[in-house]
Amino acid sequence: MALAFDEFGRPFIILREQDQKTRLRGLDAQKSNIASGKAVARILRTSLGPKGMDKMLQSPDGDVTITNDGATILDLMDVDSQIAKLMVELSRSQDYEIGDGTTGVVVMAGSLLEQAEKLLERGIHPIRIAEGYEMASRIAFEHLEHIAHKFEFSATDVEPLVQTCMTTLSSKIVNRCKRSLAEIAVKAVLAVVDLERKDVNLDLIKVEGKVGGKLEDTELIYGIIVDKDMSHPQMPKQIEDAKIAILTCPFEPPKPKTKHKVDIDSVEKFQTLRQQEQMYFDDMVKKCKDVGATLVICQWGFDDEANHLLMNRNLPAVRWVGGVELELIAIATGGRIVPRFQELTTEKLGKAGLVREKAFGTTKDRMIYIEHCSNSRAVTIFIRGGNKMMIEETKRSIHDALCVARNLIRNNSIVYGGGSAEISCSIAVEAAADKYPGVEQYAIRAFADALDAIPMALAENSGLQPIETLSAVKSQQIKENNHCCGIDCNDVGTNDMLEQNVFETLIGKQQQILLATQVVKMILKIDDVISPSDY
Amino acid sequence: MAIDKLLKDEATEEKGERARMASFIGAMAIADLVKTTLGPKGMDKILQSTGRGHSVTVTNDGATILKSLHIDNPAAKVLVDISKVQDDEVGDGTTSVVVLAGELLREAEKLVNSKIHPMTIISGFRMAAECARNALLEKVVDNKMDAEKFKEDLMKIAMTTLSSKILSQDKEHFAKLAVDAVMRLKGSTNLESIQIIKKPGGSLKDSFLDEGFILDKKIGVGQPKRIEDAKILVANTAMDTDKVKIYGARVRVDSMAKVAEIETAEKEKMREKVQKIINHGINCFVNRQLIYNFPEELFADAGVLAIEHADFDGIERLALVTGGEIASTFDNPESVKLGYCKLIEEIMIGEDKLIHFSGVEMGKACTIVLRGASPHMLDEAERSLHDALCVLSQTVNDSRVLFGGGWPEMVMAKAVDELAKRTPGKRSHAIEAFSRALVAIPTTIADNAGLDSAELVAQLRAEHHKEESRAGIDVISGSVGDMGELGISEAFKVKQAVLLSATEAAEMILRVDEIITCAPRKREDRM
Repeated sequence: MALAFDEFGRPFIILREQDQKTRLRGLDAQKSNIASGKAVARILRTSLGPKGMDKMLQSPDGDVTITNDGATILDLMDVDSQIAKLMVELSRSQDYEIGDGTTGVVVMAGSLLEQAEKLLERGIHPIRIAEGYEMASRIAFEHLEHIAHKFEFSATDVEPLVQTCMTTLSSKIVNRCKRSLAEIAVKAVLAVVDLERKDVNLDLIKVEGKVGGKLEDTELIYGIIVDKDMSHPQMPKQIEDAKIAILTCPFEPPKPKTKHKVDIDSVEKFQTLRQQEQMYFDDMVKKCKDVGATLVICQWGFDDEANHLLMNRNLPAVRWVGGVELELIAIATGGRIVPRFQELTTEKLGKAGLVREKAFGTTKDRMIYIEHCSNSRAVTIFIRGGNKMMIEETKRSIHDALCVARNLIRNNSIVYGGGSAEISCSIAVEAAADKYPGVEQYAIRAFADALDAIPMALAENSGLQPIETLSAVKSQQIKENNHCCGIDCNDVGTNDMLEQNVFETLIGKQQQILLATQVVKMILKIDDVISPSDY
Repeated sequence: MAIDKLLKDEATEEKGERARMASFIGAMAIADLVKTTLGPKGMDKILQSTGRGHSVTVTNDGATILKSLHIDNPAAKVLVDISKVQDDEVGDGTTSVVVLAGELLREAEKLVNSKIHPMTIISGFRMAAECARNALLEKVVDNKMDAEKFKEDLMKIAMTTLSSKILSQDKEHFAKLAVDAVMRLKGSTNLESIQIIKKPGGSLKDSFLDEGFILDKKIGVGQPKRIEDAKILVANTAMDTDKVKIYGARVRVDSMAKVAEIETAEKEKMREKVQKIINHGINCFVNRQLIYNFPEELFADAGVLAIEHADFDGIERLALVTGGEIASTFDNPESVKLGYCKLIEEIMIGEDKLIHFSGVEMGKACTIVLRGASPHMLDEAERSLHDALCVLSQTVNDSRVLFGGGWPEMVMAKAVDELAKRTPGKRSHAIEAFSRALVAIPTTIADNAGLDSAELVAQLRAEHHKEESRAGIDVISGSVGDMGELGISEAFKVKQAVLLSATEAAEMILRVDEIITCAPRKREDRM
C-alpha cells in the first residue's frame, strides 16, 4: 500500500525499501501493542503487595540485582519492544513524581489494555474506548478525593507517618525491620522539612550504604558521612568543635586557564620561580590557618608538599570530596563554599560539633562522620547489610519510604491500602457507568473491571482465592458501606484496612490512575506500526 | 499475529518454578563446591587462572576460591558476594556461610516442592534465625575482664581457625605469632600495621614475629650498614630533579653556557635540599620516591643512610612504628617530628638482605616473616594467617567466645527445634528445616574427616539434650568430645555473621520468582 499514483497516473513510492520494513496496521497493530503492554504488566504482577516476589536481573555486564521495585525492574530489563518502552517510561514517571506505586501503575495499565482488547474485538472504535477511559478515570479521581481522609500529624506525633511508610516498606525485602526503617525515614524527612512551605528537599537526605553488619544497624545520622579518609595518615582522627573550610580550589600550584608560557632563561629566574613556588604553598596553608579553620575539606587533590605542610601545621584535611557531598557539608555546617584562598574569611567557615574517622571491618575502609552540625538540616541515612544487593535494595526501599513521607507532608490526604481504594473506585465507576449514554458506557464498565485487577493480583500473590476474595470484599464494601475493606494479605484476620493501619497517599493513587489511563489512551490511538525489519 | 519480542535478542527470561529451580541449583552447586574444604580435615582446591602464565593457587579459603570463579548463575553470585563480605567484615567463616546458605536453600527446595509458599518459608527462617542468635547469646563466654583467660581464649580461637588451614601442623606456633601480633595492636582493628613478609626457603616452623620493623629494601652503596640510636626522617618527596611545579614553565636558553649555568643551579638546589634534610640532625632518611645517584652520594658523604622507593604502606608503617611523621618540606627542622629507633642494621633472611629497625618507640606495629618451601605454600600461609589475624582483632573488640567443633550449630539447632514445636501453622516446617540445615554443618565436618557422620551427629544430639553440654565433634579422635577440654573455641562475632548473612542470602534467593538475563554486552571483537 505504500505505492501511490500522482495525477498523471504515474506510480511513486511513499515508503522506501518496502522489503526492509515490517508494518502492522489497524486492528493487528493495536492487538500486537496491547499484547506487549500486557506482557510487561504480567512480569510485574507477581511483585505486587506484601507477599509479592522479587525479580533477579542480570545486567549485560553480569552484575546481579534483586529487587521488588517496579521502576527498577523495568529500568534494568532492557526491553526491545517500543510499547514496552512506553510502559517503562510510565513507571519511571510515577517514580519521579511520587516515588512509590511504580509496580501498581504498570499492573493497572496492563489490565486496562486487557479490557480494551475485549472491547476492540466487539468492534468498538479505539477512540471511543479511550474517551470512555478518560471519563472513567475522572470519576475515579473524584471518588478518591471523596473517600480520602485528612490525617493529622505534627512534629511531635509522627505515628501516622510511620504507619504509612511501613505500608510501603512491607512489600520489600527489608520488611523484617520495617518499623525501625520507617522511623528512620520519617525522622530524616522531618529533619529537613520546611513546614511553612510544606516542602521537602530530598536532596538534603543522603543515603549511604556500607556492606557488612546487619540491617538492624542501619542508623540515621544528623550530619554527613563522607566515604573518604584524612589526606595524611597521621592527621588526627577526631576533631571536636571543628571549624571547616570548604574549598573548591586545589592545594596545587596555580594553573591559569589562559594559555601561557613561563620561560626560564637565567639562573636568577629559575631561583625566583622556585622560591615563589614554595611561598605559594606556604601562603595557601597559612591562609586557611589564619582564618581559624581546624579542618579543610577540598574538592581537589593536594600536592605532597602541601599535604605535609597541612600536617605540619596541625590542620587535618580531606581531599577529593565530591561536589554533591561538598554542597551537603556546606548546608549542614552552615559554611560557604570558597573557590579561592583569597576569599577565605572566618564567617565563611562551617561549624560542626564533632568530626571523626571511623574504620569498618578488616579491610581499611574508613569513613568520615561530620556530626552535631550547626544546622542539622542535612541528614544521612547510613545503611548496613549482609551483601551488596541487600544494600542496594534497602537504598531503593528507603527512597520509596522517603518519598511517601514527603508526599504526606505536601498533601496530608490518605486513602486506605490493600486494594480497598481500587475496589471502592470500581464500585463507584460501575455505578456511574449506567448514567452515560452511548458506547462509552462499555468502556467505563471495562475500566471498573480493570480496577479490580490490583486487588485481584494482591489476593493471588498472598495465596488467597482471587475471585472469591475479591467478590467477598466487594460485597462487604457495598453492604457495610465501608470503603476501608481490602485484601487481608498478611492473614491478620480482619480486612478492615483502618484497623490494620494500611495507608497510601491520595496523590499517589490519583497519579497512578491518571498516568495509567494516559498511557493506555496513547497506545490505543496507534494504528500503524512501521519498524525496520531485522537484517 | 506475532507478539512483539519484549526483550532483546539474546536476553533470556525464566519464570516461576523454573527460575526458582535455576537459582536453587546454582546456589547449591556453589555450596557443594566449597563444602569439602570445611573443617580441620577439609581438602584444598587448586585454582588455575586463565590469565597469562596460568598461575596456580592452592587454597582452602572459601572466599579465595569463590572469588576466582567465573560464574554465570545469578543466584550463585549472591553466595559469592556474601562470602566476600564475610571475608571483609570478620575475615573467617567464609566457607561456613556459603555452606549454611546452600543447606538452607536445599531444605527450602523440599518445602517448596511440598507446596509451601516461599514467603511462609522466609518468615519461618527469620523466626528461626532470631531464635538461634538468642540461643547463642545465652551461651557466650566473655573473659574480657580476666586478661590471662582472655589471652587463652584468643590462643584457642587462633588454633581453631588455623587448624583447618595449611598451617595446622604448626598451629601452636602460628597461633602464638598471631596472638602476639594482635595483642600489640591494643584493640585497634587496623591490620595494616602488621606486616607480613614472605621469603621462600626454610620451613614453616622458621617463621617468626619480629618486634621491630623490617623493610624489604637494600641499603645504598657506601652508606653505613649499621646505625645505632638512629634518628629517622620519613619523607615523601621527589629526590630526582626537583621540578618546577608552576604550570607552563619551561627552560628556554640561547647558549650552551646558560644551559650549564642552569644545570649548576639545579644541582645547587638539590644540594641545598639535601643539606636541609641533613640539618634535621638525622642519620637515616627514608623516601617513598626515587633517590637519584647525586643526592644519594651526598647522603653517603654525610654518613646518612638513605633508603629509596619504600612502598606507601611501608612508609606509613615505618612512620607509625618509629613515631615520626611523613614530611614533604624541609624548611622548618624544629617542627618536624623525627622517628627514633635503637638500631638499624641489614639482616639476611634466606638469600635476601633486608633492613631491620629494632628498639622502636611505639610497639604497635610488628612484622611477621613467613618462611616456607614454595611460593604457593607461602601464599596460602599468608591467607591463613590473615584469617587468624582478622578473627583475633575482631575478638579483641568483641570478646564474646563460643566453643567450636559443631557445638554452636547443635546449640542453635536444639533451640530452633524447640521453637518449631511451639509454633503453630506451616511456618513450623520452615523452622524445622532451618534446624536441619544447621545440623548439616557438623555433618559436613564429620564427613570431610571420613567419619561416620550419621552416628556422630546422633550422639552429639543426644549429648546436647543434657543441660550445659559442651559436646562437639573431635575430629582428631573421631568421636564426640568435650570442646571445653579440647580447647576448641570460635568467636561469637564470626558465628553471628555466618548465621545472619546466610539467612539473609537464602531469603533473597527464595524471594525471586523470575530471572531476567539481559543480552551480554557486545564486546569489540579482538580475535
